[in-house]
This record gives sequence, C-alpha cells and structure tokens, in this order.
Amino acid sequence: MLDGYEAVIGLEVHAELLTASKIFCGCSARFGAPPNTNVCPVCLGMPGVLPVLNRRVVEFAIRAGLATGCTIAEHSRFARKNYFYPDLSKGYQISMYEQPLCVGGGLDVVVEGVARRIGLTRIHMEEDTGKNIHDAHAAGSLVDFNRGGVPLLEIVSEPDMRSPAEAGAYLRALRSILQYLEICDGNMEEGSFRCDANCSVRRIGDRTLGTKVEIKNMNSFRNVERAVDFELARQVQALQQGEALHQETRLWDPDRSETRSMRSKESAHDYRYFPEPDLRPLVVDAAWVDAVRAALPELPPARRQRFEAAHGLSAYDADVLTQRKDVADYFEAMVAAGAGAKDAANWITTELLRIVREQKLDDALVIREWPIAPTRLAALARLVEGGTINRNTAKGLLPRLLGTDVDPAALVAAEGLAQVSDRDALDRAVRDVLARHPEQVEQFRSGKEKVLGFLVGQVMKTTGGKANPQVVQQLLRAALSS
Amino acid sequence: MAEPLHTLGARAAAERVRRGELSAAALTDAALARTAATEPTIGAFLTVCADEARAAAAEIDRRVAAGDDPGPLAGVPVGVKDIICTAGVRTTAASRILEHFVPAYDATVVERLRRAGAIVAGKVNCDEFAMGSSCENSALGTTRNPWDPARVAGGSSGGSAAAVASAACPVTLGTDTGGSIRLPAAFCGVVGIKPTYGRVSRYGVMAFASTLDQVGPLGRDVADTALVLGAIAGHDPRDATSSPRAVPNFVAAVEEGVRGLRLGLPREYFAAGLQPDVERAVRDTIRALEAAGASVTDVSLPHTEYAVATYYLVSSAEASSNLARYDGVRYGLRVEDAGGLGAMYAATRDAGFGAEVKRRIMLGTYALSAGYYDAFYGKAQQVRTLIRRDFEAALAGCDALVSPVAPSTAFRLGERLDDPLAMYLSDVLTLAVPLAGLPALSVPCGLDAAGLPIGFQVIGRAWDEATCFRVAGAVEASGVWTPRSPLP
Repeated sequence: MLDGYEAVIGLEVHAELLTASKIFCGCSARFGAPPNTNVCPVCLGMPGVLPVLNRRVVEFAIRAGLATGCTIAEHSRFARKNYFYPDLSKGYQISMYEQPLCVGGGLDVVVEGVARRIGLTRIHMEEDTGKNIHDAHAAGSLVDFNRGGVPLLEIVSEPDMRSPAEAGAYLRALRSILQYLEICDGNMEEGSFRCDANCSVRRIGDRTLGTKVEIKNMNSFRNVERAVDFELARQVQALQQGEALHQETRLWDPDRSETRSMRSKESAHDYRYFPEPDLRPLVVDAAWVDAVRAALPELPPARRQRFEAAHGLSAYDADVLTQRKDVADYFEAMVAAGAGAKDAANWITTELLRIVREQKLDDALVIREWPIAPTRLAALARLVEGGTINRNTAKGLLPRLLGTDVDPAALVAAEGLAQVSDRDALDRAVRDVLARHPEQVEQFRSGKEKVLGFLVGQVMKTTGGKANPQVVQQLLRAALSS
Repeated sequence: MAEPLHTLGARAAAERVRRGELSAAALTDAALARTAATEPTIGAFLTVCADEARAAAAEIDRRVAAGDDPGPLAGVPVGVKDIICTAGVRTTAASRILEHFVPAYDATVVERLRRAGAIVAGKVNCDEFAMGSSCENSALGTTRNPWDPARVAGGSSGGSAAAVASAACPVTLGTDTGGSIRLPAAFCGVVGIKPTYGRVSRYGVMAFASTLDQVGPLGRDVADTALVLGAIAGHDPRDATSSPRAVPNFVAAVEEGVRGLRLGLPREYFAAGLQPDVERAVRDTIRALEAAGASVTDVSLPHTEYAVATYYLVSSAEASSNLARYDGVRYGLRVEDAGGLGAMYAATRDAGFGAEVKRRIMLGTYALSAGYYDAFYGKAQQVRTLIRRDFEAALAGCDALVSPVAPSTAFRLGERLDDPLAMYLSDVLTLAVPLAGLPALSVPCGLDAAGLPIGFQVIGRAWDEATCFRVAGAVEASGVWTPRSPLP
C-alpha cells in the first residue's frame, strides 16, 4: 500500500478526568456550565495564588497506569511548561516532564485477526487550559476559563503502530479501558478525549526513524484514521518525488480531507520546562498503589474471556459486548434475569444499541439512560425463547415497552398476542393459503425452494402475525410433499 | 506624662486594647496621624487604608466592649508590603503593570493578622516585584531612610522597615527572597526575620522566586517581631509548600537568654570589604553575647563565593516564569491597539515592567532555555545543594551563626542605581540563607560614625526561629541598642 515504505505511528492522547473538582483548586470540573462560572483566583492565575494538588487526580492516574501495565513511580514531580497564550492563565501550564508518574506498560490490540502489543512511554497528569472564543463579541476575543485547571492525563504511546487501523484499534482499546476505570467519559466531540498523532514513514527494513510530523485537530476515531492515512500517503509521495520532509505540526481539515502545515519545528516553542516550585515532589508509596490496585474493576480483556468461557459467546459477540462497560453490565443483568446469553447478545447488538443511537441516549462512552430496563428486555427475550410469542411479535412490541415499566408478559396476555402453535388451526390456514396460490405451489414442486418463504409469509399474514413460524414451516412442507 | 500612642509597641498596645484601657480607634487615629506627618519625608506607604482601618478598629472596640478577646494583636496597626494581597485594597507590587489592581482576596498572612486582631493600616512600598536592594526600583515612588532621608531604606521591603523606623506602625510585614527583610531592617534600625522556608504561607503573596520567598515580620523590638511571626506562621492548606509543623511560642524565647548557646562565626562573612564600623559593632556585640554566657566558634561556609551567582540564576529563572501571568489579558495594565496578540503582550510588558524586572526576566528566560538549562539553572540547583550542605555542616556544631547583615550601612540614594552588580552585592551576606531555606534575623547592634544603624544577623537551623529570637533578645538586653525611632 505504501509502496515499499512502512508507517511509524505514535499517539499522544489527552483524557479529561471525571473528578468533581479541578486539579489544583476546588472549582467544579463539570463540563457545560456558563462561561467563567467554575473559576476562582487559583485557576484564573491571579497574582499570589498557589496550586494544591487534588489527591483524587493522582488516584485516577494510578488507576490508568495500573490498568495499562505501567510502573508507578514512587517519586514523580510536576514541571512548568512556559508559553504565552490567552487561554493559559498563568503563562505556564503545570504538567509533568522529566519525572512522570507512570512509565512503561502497553495495550494489546487485534487488527484483522493479528494481535499486537502497543507500548506506552508514559502517562502523566497535567492541567487543561481555558478556551478562546473568537466570534462571540465584536470588540475582540473572549476567554472562558471553566476548563482551565480541569485535570488531564496525557497518555503517550511508543511509535509502535504500523497502520491507521492499528492506530484506531489502539485508541478504541484505550478509551474502553478509561471508561471501565470510570475516569474519563471518552467524548471526542466535546474534547474530553483528544488525540495527536506522530507519523513518519521509512523504507521497509530501515531501522532509523523517518522525519516525524505531528497531526492535531482530530475529533473522531474516523478522522484519526483518515488523517493518518492521508499523511502517510503524502509523506510517501513526497519522498518518491525526491522532496525532503521537515519536522512540523500539521492540522487535519476534515472538510477538505487533508492535513496542512501549522508551524514548522524552527518556530516551535521553547517551553523552558523546570520543576514546579510551588508543589512538593509527589510521593506515591506502595500502600497507596496496592489500595488502588485492589479496587480496580475487571478490565475489558478479562471480561471478554469470561463472557466467552462462562456464557459461551463467540469471540465477536464477547468483543462487541465488552467494549463498553455499561453495555457489558447490561448484558450481565439480562442474563441474571433469565435471558439466554446468545439471545441477550442479539437483543443488545441488534435492537438496543440501535435505539440508543437513534434516540441519542449516549454521551460518547456513557449511556445516560437505558430505553428499557435489562430485566424487561430479558422478560421479552424469555417470551420468545419459551415460544409464547415469535421474534417478529417481540420486535413489534419493543417500541411499546420503551420508557415504560410494563411487563412484556402482561402486555402479551392483555392483547392476545401469544403465538398460535395449535397444529389444527394452523393446518387450516396452510391449506387455505395453498389453495389460493397454485402457481407458487407449482414452482415449489419444480424445485424453487425460495417460494416457501413467500408461503410462510402468507400464513403469518392470515393469522395476524401470531403463528409460530417453525410450526407453519413444518406444516407447509408436509402439505407440499403430500 | 504618657508616651505618644504611636510610639507604643505592639504587645503593649494590644494588651491595653484587650483590657479595654485603650481603644483601637485611638490607636488607629494615632498611627494615621503619625503617617500623615512622616510620609512627606519618608514615603513608606503606597496606599493608606484610613477608612478600612477605622472601620476595623471600631469592630475591635465593639468586640472588646462585648467581652470578646480580639486576639494577641488587638487593635495593632500593621503596614503590609504591597506585594501581599489585601481584599478590596489595591496591591501593586510597586509596578506600573499592577498600579490599579485590586485583589478579590486576602493573602493567608493578612487573614491571620486580622484574625489576631491586627488592623491593616496601609500598604507599604517595595522594590518592584521585590526585586532590588534599595527600594529605588519601585515604579510608584522612592522610600527614604528615616535615619537620613538622603539615604536608601534598603530593599526590597524598604517601606516595611521605614514605616516601623518612622513609628508609623509598630510592626509590618515584608518578604525576604535574598535578604529583602533583613537588609532594610539593618539599614533602618529595626528587627526583621526571614522564617524557615515553609513556616509561613505564601498564599496571596505575589511570587518573585517561589522556592526562596518567605513572608516575615519587622518590628521595633525583638518581642514584637516574635509576636507577629507567631500570629502568621503555621500550616496553610492553600500552600502546598507550607509545613504542618507546630509553631512554638516565639515571644517566650526572647527572654530565655543565650547561656550555653554555641554561636558560629562564618569566616567568609567577616572577609575584607566590611565597613570598619560595621565589623567593630558586630564584634562588640558578639563579645556582649559571650559575656551573657554564649560560646563562640569559627565556622566556614566554603561555597559562599558562588552564592551570588547561584541566587541570581535561581531567583531570576523562577521570576521569569512567575511574572508571565502579567500579560495584559485578564487584569492590570493593557496597552490597547498594539496590533495583534503578540504585539499586545510585548507592548504591555514593556510599558508595565521597570528596567530591573526586565533584566531579571531576560536573565531567567535565558537560564531556562533549551540548551542552556543544564549549564545554568541545572548547575545552579546543584550548587544550591552544596551551599545548603555548608550550612548544615556549620550548624551541626553550633546553635546559630552570627554575622553582619550587610557589608555597609545605608548608602546614598542613586549611589548604586546605575551599577546593578554593586547593588546585587548589597545582599552578599543574606542571600545564601534563602538558598538553604533557613531562618535568619536582623537585629540592630549600634550606629556607625555617620549615625546610621548597623544590623546583626543571626542564622538558625531549619525550624529553629526560636534560637534566633533568643540570640536577638540577648543582643537587645546587652544594651548595644535601644529600640527607637530617629524621627521626633
């Protein structure tokens, strides 16, 4: 694809943490408040103020580190990253630099059946910046500092990815883990899960890395894959035409499907990092790490294996169900309420998630409200399994159960929707249909099996959809072969 | 005949207010009247808080009348260095860039002063962002030395020292980064202490160099100074570098005497270059302490020659970052219509900062730059460790170190203004102490031939301000100095 070249991709992810308060002050870290209402002298960088580290942020960072196999450093420390920008209240960002909290570790991904491990370089904590608003006021730009000081994890991968698909798989796996840990909502559109990609290409077999380009401004998984794809092709083309690549930062323009140069390395900032003098070095002792480890939830890979082993699900179903913790929890609640595992999986993947999507009930990775309780969907599944109603009737009933607490069995009973399995009654309907469609009967008998579906449909129609399709099919075959 | 109210010390005043013998209102009026009389000559204040002070005094009197105890500083007027934030009262850092800045909150030290019953009488002058040794770097006016108005008050807390020396207030707050409390205290003949780093909260104190800055009190005598330090010290959850250690009773230490204490004389601090009057007074004082029961030993601080360079690298690097927030975006001065964001930053900072501040921002920016960090900031931090070890070694064998505060007494206004290096050397005997984080105090020990005060420095072990106060109390008790104001 890349014509003798190999892609080298590393990703830097910024994940906003779901703590109640900001990283260095007590202000609310909640998204969506009116501008500059979640601010105080500390996050506004007023003269004289000092940062005080939020212990919960450290706990979340340790959680992320442990879940991705990192080593948690006993001694780490914050640094100042100095640059001027209106959304940066202090003229520097407090981040970690030479001594990050989490180092090493990695994530396992499977792409087109091939398992790969993507290494992590580090995970560290930092504060988010405010937000410039440029077109709201005629007199000039405005700044909203609600987001300033919201805690972020920066998760830096090794340059281990070799294709856009691997980059996408890594991001999905990472987001899934953060959601399981309940530390990030993973919403790329709202910017709570942001990604920059470092891309280069080299001739296959080369050991040295090519010239690296950083791509910013990608706000969906699809855009990450598209941007990386575009950039790799651009680099290969440039090299083939004998052009030299230079290290630069490029922006992804989703409307024009291309990356364009933002700034070159020569004009890049000198951040003048130095240890943050207002905070003492962070000491995380083994007891703290152990306590966080003990409280870790079951993570996606383990849960996937358990679903395959304990519920007999296919690898595919197990994967789909365990990508999101809330979906996996829903599945387990359905099974606990008596639904068969395979049925539950089918109901969730085909019906439930479609409704969630259509009704926009999810905020990125978190489903705010389920349209139907797992016990009710399990009851519906059980009615099909037990033969009380057929699958079509059940699907037809589902919209009527959404947002209510109606018991499906009660509804079926009240409206007489139970399917008809009575052979005598159905036999009459079958013979009636055959009599009305001699042409199709002839076609079937001359070997055109597909006609059977049409005939079944006709019987269903005459019984108001309540016939048991399996019984109808048996009766039809018997009648036709006699 | 009763002494004039403005000459009352902090302890005496507070005791009388608490007993209901003296009203805070009368005390405040006396301070305001004294300030009005001395200000035209001295220029210690940038803002006099007359209305706020009178309102606070009325509240203290109301509480006393109601049987409350307003605290150990009840009714005592205090001048606060104008780099320390006061809610609703402009706080300028003596800079054009914050000339009209009014903080929304009180610094922790101000909060604690108020809780102890003190009354903020005004905001006192300083070198811009505490950078300077003479109080001539203030963009908003020069403070003069009450002992000789042709001379500097010392810096950077020159207003704090001059306000006490001129008896406008019995006590003030200053900040010390490289000697900024001790030098003006020495030049103005008052007592001042830089506490151990972490002893006093820095919350609400406009940062110059975060790892060096400490707030400390200045007072006419040692016990008043000890009383104020006790009121402002202690852990503050809003300052992650403040210590949870218990705060001892400093006032009690003042009377303990020096019998049995071992005092070290750092050889390098008595090297050539001391004004002879200064050396003589300091050595006389040491003899007086020996007579009072202390023993004396020579010690060495071998890395002293690197202290000035180390101090200016570390403090300037931190300052370059700490002062980045003054960018014209959210508060303070903004030069409009500069043409674009970058130009606005540049024009605002050019117009807002004085020459000394710009010089240090440039030095600090350079020292932190990629490619220079290791050679400058990184190296300075390593030398800092050596300097700290020097002090640890010297203090392992004695209870405190004693030395002059400055090589000379107060110099003339303008004398060193065009020679930054000569100005930097004014702090040569004080600036190693903050690099080591130790407490150090300046207590007057006599006058030179020109009638200018000489400062005696006591450097203690970390967290051992009490011993500094013991030694200073003994200096005062020895009679080499009687606390007084030079102004009638």
